[in-house]
Amino acid sequence: MLEKALVGSRKYWTWVFFLLAVVGVGFLAYLNQFTTGLGITGLSRDVTWGLYIAQFTFLVGVAASAVMVVIPYYLHDYKKFGKVVILGEFLAVSAVIMCLLFIFVDLGQPMRIMNVVLHPAPGSVMFWDAVVLNGYLFLNLIIGWYTLGAEKKGVKPEGWVKPLIYLSIPWAVSIHTVTAFLYAGLPGRHLWLTAIMAARFLASAFASGPALLILLCLIVRKVSKFDPGKEAIQSLAKIVTYAMCANVFFFLLEVFTAFYSGIPSHQHPITYLFFGIEGHTNLVPWMWTATVLAILSIILLVNPRTRKNETTLAFAAAILFIAAWIDKGMGLVVGGFIPNPFEKVVEYSPTAPEVAITLGVWALGFLILTGLYKIAISIKEETAT
Amino acid sequence: MKIYDGGKILLGLIVFVGLAAFPFLYNAGKAAAKPDPKTDTPVIQEMAEKKCVEPKEFMRAGHMQMLNNWRDSVVRDGMRVYVSNTGSRHDMSLQNTCMNCHSNKKKFCDECHNYMAVKPYCWDCHIAPKEKES
Amino acid sequence: MSINRREFIRIAGISTILGLGGSVIADKLGAASEVLPNEKALKGKHWGMAIDVGKLKTDADYRKCIDACHDIHNVPDIGNPKEEVKWIWTESYEHTFPGLESKFMSESVEHKPFMVLCNHCENPACARVCPTKATYKRNDGLVMQDMHRCIGCRFCMAACPFGARSFNWRDPRPFIKKEKENKEYPTRMKGVVEKCTFCFERLAKGLKPACVEASGGAIVFGDLEDPDSEIREVLRTRYTLRRKAELGTGPSIYYVIGGGEHA
Repeated sequence: MLEKALVGSRKYWTWVFFLLAVVGVGFLAYLNQFTTGLGITGLSRDVTWGLYIAQFTFLVGVAASAVMVVIPYYLHDYKKFGKVVILGEFLAVSAVIMCLLFIFVDLGQPMRIMNVVLHPAPGSVMFWDAVVLNGYLFLNLIIGWYTLGAEKKGVKPEGWVKPLIYLSIPWAVSIHTVTAFLYAGLPGRHLWLTAIMAARFLASAFASGPALLILLCLIVRKVSKFDPGKEAIQSLAKIVTYAMCANVFFFLLEVFTAFYSGIPSHQHPITYLFFGIEGHTNLVPWMWTATVLAILSIILLVNPRTRKNETTLAFAAAILFIAAWIDKGMGLVVGGFIPNPFEKVVEYSPTAPEVAITLGVWALGFLILTGLYKIAISIKEETAT
Repeated sequence: MKIYDGGKILLGLIVFVGLAAFPFLYNAGKAAAKPDPKTDTPVIQEMAEKKCVEPKEFMRAGHMQMLNNWRDSVVRDGMRVYVSNTGSRHDMSLQNTCMNCHSNKKKFCDECHNYMAVKPYCWDCHIAPKEKES
Repeated sequence: MSINRREFIRIAGISTILGLGGSVIADKLGAASEVLPNEKALKGKHWGMAIDVGKLKTDADYRKCIDACHDIHNVPDIGNPKEEVKWIWTESYEHTFPGLESKFMSESVEHKPFMVLCNHCENPACARVCPTKATYKRNDGLVMQDMHRCIGCRFCMAACPFGARSFNWRDPRPFIKKEKENKEYPTRMKGVVEKCTFCFERLAKGLKPACVEASGGAIVFGDLEDPDSEIREVLRTRYTLRRKAELGTGPSIYYVIGGGEHA
């Protein structure tokens, strides 16, 4: 099946080489980081995680969201998702690979990464995160690859894959729950110390992931003869709508708890994010952008007219994706470190090499996604005729 | 017999073999000097019986494992004294025990490490003894 | 010492030839030799410190403790506060004890510097989250950092509620003055996390931590589990505070605040 990714139009190859170029730039920047150290980033002793871990956190959500097409299709026999389910699974595969890469580029001593396996620490959430992420990667790779192969041959998938599919459902929930526990289990980081962190993560994941899937479906329809189907896209849109409303609702719960209780340490990070503290306002424009985009996306999604119009739907999905990316990536990760344990404000902003490495990893993820989608679409086109 | 795309396959094979063999071809004919580690440091010179914590043969083959064990013993288990097979006692410390005698890192450590093309990163943290630039 | 030298060499030689490599040699070595703690090592069940804030009067008093620590441990002076590496330093009351500050409070306390360092918690969050056990709690209560094993994920820095941990954002060597370098102690490399280790290397030789020695009696170090220890006597008779005790990590550093004969 792999050969399908090696033949394509001029446009396909232009896109592939564009991505490769971005990967190349990122790789050069990474070589610099590898020799000099993480000092080339904007991170500091106060804000120890930034852009990389933000992408990681956000992308775990995108990966987990595949479950939103798997559940209706396999558990509720919702046939309309038959065409998008493989797109969801392959999106999960590339998202998890990006997650692992973002963890890797964030390490100070990447050559020692196998220490996590050589000296396993079952008490560490990070250890379990590595376990569930790798497990999820293989589950989706096996399921997606195998069912696609069966489709190519025109046979029904064999029985052994069914239990794996069912397993992948709680597993998807687990990857994002465990990722939330990375944050929610830490004493003294007030923004993160919240029981609804995992719930928030899942809500934002089930909004942003399917939103990206909608965009990908629309692109696929444009560049190939394969149509995931209007109805499937509309069902995804409804999932996105509910999940985004839940996501915003959960966030407002956090705001209520912090501000009605009046506990200063709980208020500080949120105040910092939206208004700044003592003139430190790096993230303020970002957070308000996210707020406006989130509200606008909900208006467009809740309104049936704009949801059913694919142009406005695409716009809504795009701005929702950006809003969720800001909120869960930068807002949540960086906001958790500010103020620092001494209640001092030390700000963070990424550097150019840091951005280059980040874009490089995204490009590599999209390269894998492009290849996988190319294979899936070629087979879908073949079997359709 | 006809090989489809024979030319391309052949070209690919040649490129592959060329790349794989490059390190050998590159170094061919250039015999690297046999390593000749020295133990002629002032501290060793003054020793009545010139011997290491364990026999030379063992140290030569197993010093890396021994240092790994020492490291874990000292840092993780708080055990600092090594009782050797002959019963002699030593403070387990690369920087303070090993390098106290072997103060000639360049001629003692690097000589073989360079020959074997291994780059132990001990010295990224552990401070090597001061030596004259040679 | 169950096998003789000849047999020992034979086993070492054979295992090398067989290419079974290190593990076998190391195992045989383990059987033939042994490792022991230093007899002079200080023994305790739960090391702790009581810092008598009143006894540290001038800037020079603090400086002595800080320099003693940073000099013997080759702590680099990076200069850039964002990349700073520090094991022990001072903070004001409001930053040391956030949440305990008052609008109106004793001026002597308000403007007093407080010495901060790793709290060597009883229930350390940093050790809990470490994915490789590079940081862990020893039997004597000391929270150790194994710089050989650290992968530099910095999860511990997110977990520590005391900001006690530093990361080597770049190679620290160029930031250690050659003439100040302690030849008997290693430096660190880029990409690992470091912090105060309660001078584990000194405890092993029977010495108290360097800052304690330099404090001229202002810092009392001892076994918190031993009711007859000097530190327990201090805690029995003086009013002490711990940083963020409400988080349940169980800090082992106590601050003696006012009261007693030094008020």
